[in-house]
Amino acid sequence: MAELQLKDLYDGFRNPEVIQGFAKLINEEAKKLSRPINIMEVCGGHTHSIMKFGLPQLLPENINFIHGPGCPVCIMPKERIDHAYILAELDDTILVTLGDMIKVPGSHGSLQDARAKGADVRFVYSPLDTLKIAQENPDKKVIFFAIGFETTTPMTTSLIDIVIKKEIKNIFFHINHVTVPEVMVELIDSRDEHVDSYNNRIDAFLGPSHVSVITGSKIYEKFPKEYNRPVVVAGFEPVDIMEAILMILRQFNEGRCELEVEYKRLVSYDGNTIAQALIEKYFEKASLFKWRGLGNVPKSGYKLKEEFAFLDAEHIYSDILPKEEIEDHKLCICGDILRGMAKPNECTIFGTACKPQTPLGSCMVSSEGACAAYYKYGNLL
Amino acid sequence: MNKQITLAMGNGGEENNELISKIFYKAFKNEILEKSEDAAVIHGGELAFSTDSFTVSPLFFEGADIGKLAICGTCNDLAMMGAKPKYLTCSVIIEEGFSTRELEKIVRSMKKELEINGAIVVSGDTKVVPRGSVDKIFINTTGIGTIIKKGISSNNISTDDVILVSRDIGRHGATIFAAREGIELSSTLESDCASLIEQVEALLEADVCVTAMRDATRGGVSAVLNEWAKQSDICIEVEEESIPVSQEVYGICEMLGFEALNLANEGTFVLAVKKEDAQKALEILHSFENSKNAVKIANVSQQYKQKVILLSSYGTKRFLDAPTGELLPRIC
Repeated sequence: MAELQLKDLYDGFRNPEVIQGFAKLINEEAKKLSRPINIMEVCGGHTHSIMKFGLPQLLPENINFIHGPGCPVCIMPKERIDHAYILAELDDTILVTLGDMIKVPGSHGSLQDARAKGADVRFVYSPLDTLKIAQENPDKKVIFFAIGFETTTPMTTSLIDIVIKKEIKNIFFHINHVTVPEVMVELIDSRDEHVDSYNNRIDAFLGPSHVSVITGSKIYEKFPKEYNRPVVVAGFEPVDIMEAILMILRQFNEGRCELEVEYKRLVSYDGNTIAQALIEKYFEKASLFKWRGLGNVPKSGYKLKEEFAFLDAEHIYSDILPKEEIEDHKLCICGDILRGMAKPNECTIFGTACKPQTPLGSCMVSSEGACAAYYKYGNLL
Repeated sequence: MNKQITLAMGNGGEENNELISKIFYKAFKNEILEKSEDAAVIHGGELAFSTDSFTVSPLFFEGADIGKLAICGTCNDLAMMGAKPKYLTCSVIIEEGFSTRELEKIVRSMKKELEINGAIVVSGDTKVVPRGSVDKIFINTTGIGTIIKKGISSNNISTDDVILVSRDIGRHGATIFAAREGIELSSTLESDCASLIEQVEALLEADVCVTAMRDATRGGVSAVLNEWAKQSDICIEVEEESIPVSQEVYGICEMLGFEALNLANEGTFVLAVKKEDAQKALEILHSFENSKNAVKIANVSQQYKQKVILLSSYGTKRFLDAPTGELLPRIC
């Protein structure tokens, strides 16, 4: 059997003829719609693909994308970034986190600023890289500032599993893992409560495929059933997104409201049950998790179970970590953008006071943020 | 500007430009420096003069090492101005405890690469600093070359030109990421690190009308194209599909969320040549192993001045901006 090449993973999914073919079918299907529809892509990865590949340029005017809150960096409230900053400044401590997180400003500055001032802040590609850092620095405490949605949670729990099994004494955790379905409910409820006008309504969801690789598609089952919103779980390549849009339109035109999977090549109904078991072993849902711009969302974040409190930096350092809530910059409308109530270019400081080099809001910081996507790709048309 | 120097300010992109213009250009302001070319053209246009410092981790990587890099980097900067490298200086800062054997290996690489360029090191300096003061070894090279063809400048590109790239892009950046993070690939990925003088000499000897050349180092091809668009007040329209990217580099980009256009190269250059000479330039480049997949990637227009546009094969377009910030892998 021929060896699988990396090219095979995406090649056909960027094929110009296929993209144009889907564009034609979508345009035909869209003519049959009785009203314009708003599709929320929950995940920042989808937002970036949509903008990077210029997909709105291929779509009719009655299809509107609403950008959702699915970016681990964007949703991190300032108080938790302050936690990371304070922990990074401790003597004999190395703070480890993933990629973009080091750029987000807290009230003291970003982790990048802390690093420039002398704090030992490192980013890793995989949480498991923390093991090497801890091994090379036995006299230091290594704190892993864990972030991300369902996609990165299993990697953190794998690290915890190894730390416990190998009795590693110098790795600790600050847990900031959040989950998608709860915030989707929050978005529907808050919109329905305040402004469920025709323009602001979320008519359907594009579900991120990588989340469902872990959780299975089952996590979205309640949205068509209880909230009357179809969900199509889609990959991140342009062909995936175009096919998913067509699937959503067909549901509307055929009077269906269902959970469908476009990304059948890896997503099953049940997902990765081994990863799920590991999460259940170490984590439980926190009663509330504060999302930047969205406020406290019930049961939307994980915390370490009490029996693992000896690994929990939030517990160990509770006397030095502030608990007060912090307001965002008053001109920043990241909250509305994360709710999908406003587009980035409706913000008065977009592209002026707030740019990727000098971000005031987290949606501009993260490479997956909606503002960064608009700034980078969206200023042509 | 940020109150402290950050890593992002050394990225070859926007923050780097801001640091250079607001601090160094402001203080050293003069006509030659402000041209912002790869090498300064001095002595009545007879000589090109350039300097560069090299720090890389790991020091030895697939396809090259810091020594080869230190010679290629400065010699290529001279070559990009149509100059033949002649005399170099070499200054090294070494961390105490560094292995003498590794130093010899690095210097041997430098010697080999000097021979390829026909250049010699005529002056140097050595400093040894306490452990922790530098990361193993830093090398600075400064070079002077004699200009073979006058008038090559990234300030003169017009709609009469087309843009070519000498080979597939992003190899050096991807190799360093893979080496640093222990990403294992089943296929071989190695840095493109190489001297470019032979290709440049061949182009100029054949009288190809070259308007500008630039090796696409830090900031990659997107930084070069954006700098050119601004310096020459033009719009560069890139056919996205024509950009050559190897499967290995694509793989790294897909895994980590990078764009090959932003990744560093050390033996890949971008050329602006007159339209009528484009085919001839490509034929010459194709005769070298190192540039056998050279290709035209863009046209020059006046549509959006000082901007670079990426045109997709399925009919969409977007701006291609210079890279900003540190290159960080995506989170999920």
